[in-house]
Amino acid sequence: MPDLLIELFSEEIPARMQAKAAEDLKKKVTDGMVEAGLTYAHAKAFATPRRLVLAVEDVLDRSPDLKEERKGPRVGAPEKAIEGFLRGAGVTMDDLEIRDEKKGQVYFATIQTPGREASAIIAEVLENTIRTFPWPKSMRWGAGSLRWVRPLHSIICLLTREDGAEVVDLDIDGVKSGRATRGHRFMGGDAFEVNSFDDYVAKLKKAKVILDPEERAETIWHDATNMAFAQGMEVVEDRGLLAEVAGLVEWPVVLMGEIGADFLNLPPEVLQTSMKEHQKFFSVKNPKTGRIEKFVTVANIETRDNGATILKGNQKVLAARLSDAKFFWENDLRTAKAGIDKWVDGLGNVTFHNKLGSQKERIERIVALAAELAPVAGAEVEAAQTAARIAKADLQSEMVFEFPELQGLMGRYYAEAAGYDADVARVCQEHYSPLGPSDDVPTAPLSVTVALADKLDTLTGFWAIDEKPTGSKDPFALRRAALGVIRLLLENDLRMSLLDHLSAAGEAKGDLLSFFHDRLKVYLKDQGIRHDIIDACLAMDGADDLTLLVKRVRALSDVLGTEDGVNLVQGYKRAANILAQAEAKDGVEYSFGADPKFAEVDEEKALFDALTAASGSIKEALASEDFAGAMGQMAALRGPIDGFFTAVQVNTDNEIVRRNRLNLLSQIRSTCGQVADLGRIEG
Amino acid sequence: MSAPLEKPRSFQEIILRLQSYWGSKGCAVLQPYDMEVGAGTFHPATTLRSLGSKPWAAAYVQPSRRPTDGRYGENPNRLQHYYQYQVLIKPSPANLQELYLGSLAAIGIDMDLHDIRFVEDDWESPTLGAWGLGWEVWCDGMEVSQFTYFQQVGGHDCHPVSGELTYGLERLAMYVLGIDHVMDMPYSDPDSPIPLKYGDVFQQTEQEYSRWNFDVADTEVLLRHFEEAEAECARILAEPHVDPKTGKRIIMAHPAYDQTIKASHIFNLLDARGVISVTERQAYIGRVRALAKMCADAFVQTEAGGYTPETA
Repeated sequence: MPDLLIELFSEEIPARMQAKAAEDLKKKVTDGMVEAGLTYAHAKAFATPRRLVLAVEDVLDRSPDLKEERKGPRVGAPEKAIEGFLRGAGVTMDDLEIRDEKKGQVYFATIQTPGREASAIIAEVLENTIRTFPWPKSMRWGAGSLRWVRPLHSIICLLTREDGAEVVDLDIDGVKSGRATRGHRFMGGDAFEVNSFDDYVAKLKKAKVILDPEERAETIWHDATNMAFAQGMEVVEDRGLLAEVAGLVEWPVVLMGEIGADFLNLPPEVLQTSMKEHQKFFSVKNPKTGRIEKFVTVANIETRDNGATILKGNQKVLAARLSDAKFFWENDLRTAKAGIDKWVDGLGNVTFHNKLGSQKERIERIVALAAELAPVAGAEVEAAQTAARIAKADLQSEMVFEFPELQGLMGRYYAEAAGYDADVARVCQEHYSPLGPSDDVPTAPLSVTVALADKLDTLTGFWAIDEKPTGSKDPFALRRAALGVIRLLLENDLRMSLLDHLSAAGEAKGDLLSFFHDRLKVYLKDQGIRHDIIDACLAMDGADDLTLLVKRVRALSDVLGTEDGVNLVQGYKRAANILAQAEAKDGVEYSFGADPKFAEVDEEKALFDALTAASGSIKEALASEDFAGAMGQMAALRGPIDGFFTAVQVNTDNEIVRRNRLNLLSQIRSTCGQVADLGRIEG
Repeated sequence: MSAPLEKPRSFQEIILRLQSYWGSKGCAVLQPYDMEVGAGTFHPATTLRSLGSKPWAAAYVQPSRRPTDGRYGENPNRLQHYYQYQVLIKPSPANLQELYLGSLAAIGIDMDLHDIRFVEDDWESPTLGAWGLGWEVWCDGMEVSQFTYFQQVGGHDCHPVSGELTYGLERLAMYVLGIDHVMDMPYSDPDSPIPLKYGDVFQQTEQEYSRWNFDVADTEVLLRHFEEAEAECARILAEPHVDPKTGKRIIMAHPAYDQTIKASHIFNLLDARGVISVTERQAYIGRVRALAKMCADAFVQTEAGGYTPETA
């Protein structure tokens, strides 16, 4: 069975698109082949900056013949119906067969679809693949209308059999298929022809192209770490950068260079970010000093001076870039030392949102909120206000303007330089956290205070102007902010009434609280807690204290994991149902204390005793918010409640006994409903 | 690819070599546009000529002004007035990358010693309503050119597509000549009787313009000029297509486009003066873009823009 080789040779494909494009090529071509009946054994795709390649092994020589039987109209049916059937089936009257069916004679057609040559199918599938390729961005070029990521120059489409290779003919808007390609742009020599995938890979390598991106990445990493090791250094790992760099070269040549002594005192994050963002350099760290002292760059060419010119050029560019960074750093330090307030004032000219004012106005709101929240997190009010005021000052620094991803971190450096306490300075960096479900949650009281204030200001602000997330749209990352608040409160075990701090949302306050509850449900669901358990607890007072709420939820969830718990809920529901029916019928509420003296049977007495005994200790447990203890006490009532229902008929003819029993049920309802509304538990 | 030539000796030699290279490759070597622009793309030989169906091949130097980049001539790389070299070929030829690499060889870059890379960089000009896909070209990690296949200009799809090359001449020349500070770069040949450095020509003007751009330009006058240019552009294009005096069909796309260029440069000046807020910025850019679109609409109605009486 033949093997298939496809190469789509173009001008330079953006590094970030290569891996997905290779996979898309594989999927579209193999799916198309299989759909047309052309199966295969194995397929693998590759990408370099200038080519997408697909190798498919053991392709069928042709798709199998297909035979399909189709039932037609009755014999003697209107001529038009018969004509239509013939047309649809692509057969003539003579091809039809008449069969006897229950309802009479019926025409049958047998449609033979002969298999097709692999080359015909592949030509069709590949053309379709090229014309409908899902590039994130594509373009036209020259005078044509074909779209590709960059101009497409040539196509190899080759079926290789033992007796030779056959070009699958394609002509896509003038780009014709063949068996020729080119190697490396500068070192590859002339175009050459190939006759199989192995031949292709070997000839490419001779022409200074490593086809497999993983092999290129491995080469880069291997050479880089070796080179660093030889000098007692280590390369700072960065997989994203490695993949990107492997996509920028066909023939990686690793070079290591020095960072000028002038720049070694820049914060390591600044060095790393500048080198990575601007020049795709890896950082090389000296483990003895902990500093980044060298860099690794990956060239795409071997030169007679062993890369000396290239390294010199790169070093020069780096020096220019780092001079900028150093200039920013030193300027910023000067400004910070003179008073960070100048930056804060400058934020008055930066719009946060046209309906929510400037960044400075926002900071003022956060300062006020931080003062409210400081006692909750156990922070000093004055320190919290100070920290909140300077937390975003670095947005005005030159460094953050240049490298927005360094926001917060630079603020911390600058605040320290300006003489603020380490705790206060740390807030600049930590108040943005947590940024996602797996990001660390700050624990320092000041950081927690400002992190909460920041997020609550954002949420109340956007709720006040009715800019809430809808469906998949959440441009201001409000879901993330709400989750941040939830995690800050829960993971630090902080107690507060959320509603007390949502007043800035105005009338939308209640709606915002519901949003928090929805996000909490999502958060708890990820931890395996059912939504009905949360609903049962939300029905209780104080549901805007999320920490308290979650304590209830966890206690209830745990108890529902036991048999006693499940039965308790059954008993509770039974009591509540009977009670509700009776109350509806009688038009009264049975909440008057039941009297044990009217108890008739032992089980009834036992329930009285159990409830009396339990109510005291449940009360005690609740007073200390020991919901697990309270739920345990309630679960222990399951026996007496079950016993009561087995032995006793509530609705007896004796009205006094009936009423007394209904009041007893009411006691079950009130006693067991103190942690959560058990009636909302499903099942 | 041609073999690298001898290293050039001056800024002007690099320009001359690019002129003669692209001239030899069939480009009309045009002269700079006689108005203040922010980049070579603003020259009507690029913006307008990239529109419509008529083939085009041009190369030229364009003095460019970016008032906010002024550094009083002190920064080694930043200038408020600098030169771009611009090439526009429509339709983009299949060997445009090779042609481009040939131009690097022509200015003395030895492709066997340097690391030349095409790194993704999509180009977009919000003020011109234009975008394209391409790369920034790196030589040993330094960006030496922009390489773009125009997809849309002034809101019009480009058919055929133009290939555009832009070289930042000072930066490129400093690299080729091995100069660290732009003001130290030989402008004319260092062995000429009166050798001039870049600084001899431009140090003082950089100071003068930096001061004027940042602190002295009369913002009220500029604001008024902006409005006037905007109004004039619309007024020109509102004139009937047929000139009542000559009886000929004369659509004044270029005079209108001059007003767009003017508005764009005034906006840049106002920006440097720091009187445009973040929110206003977007609005100003939108106003210039609207003018650029009107001019593009008008240009495709002209003969140079591919109009024939039959296509009307």
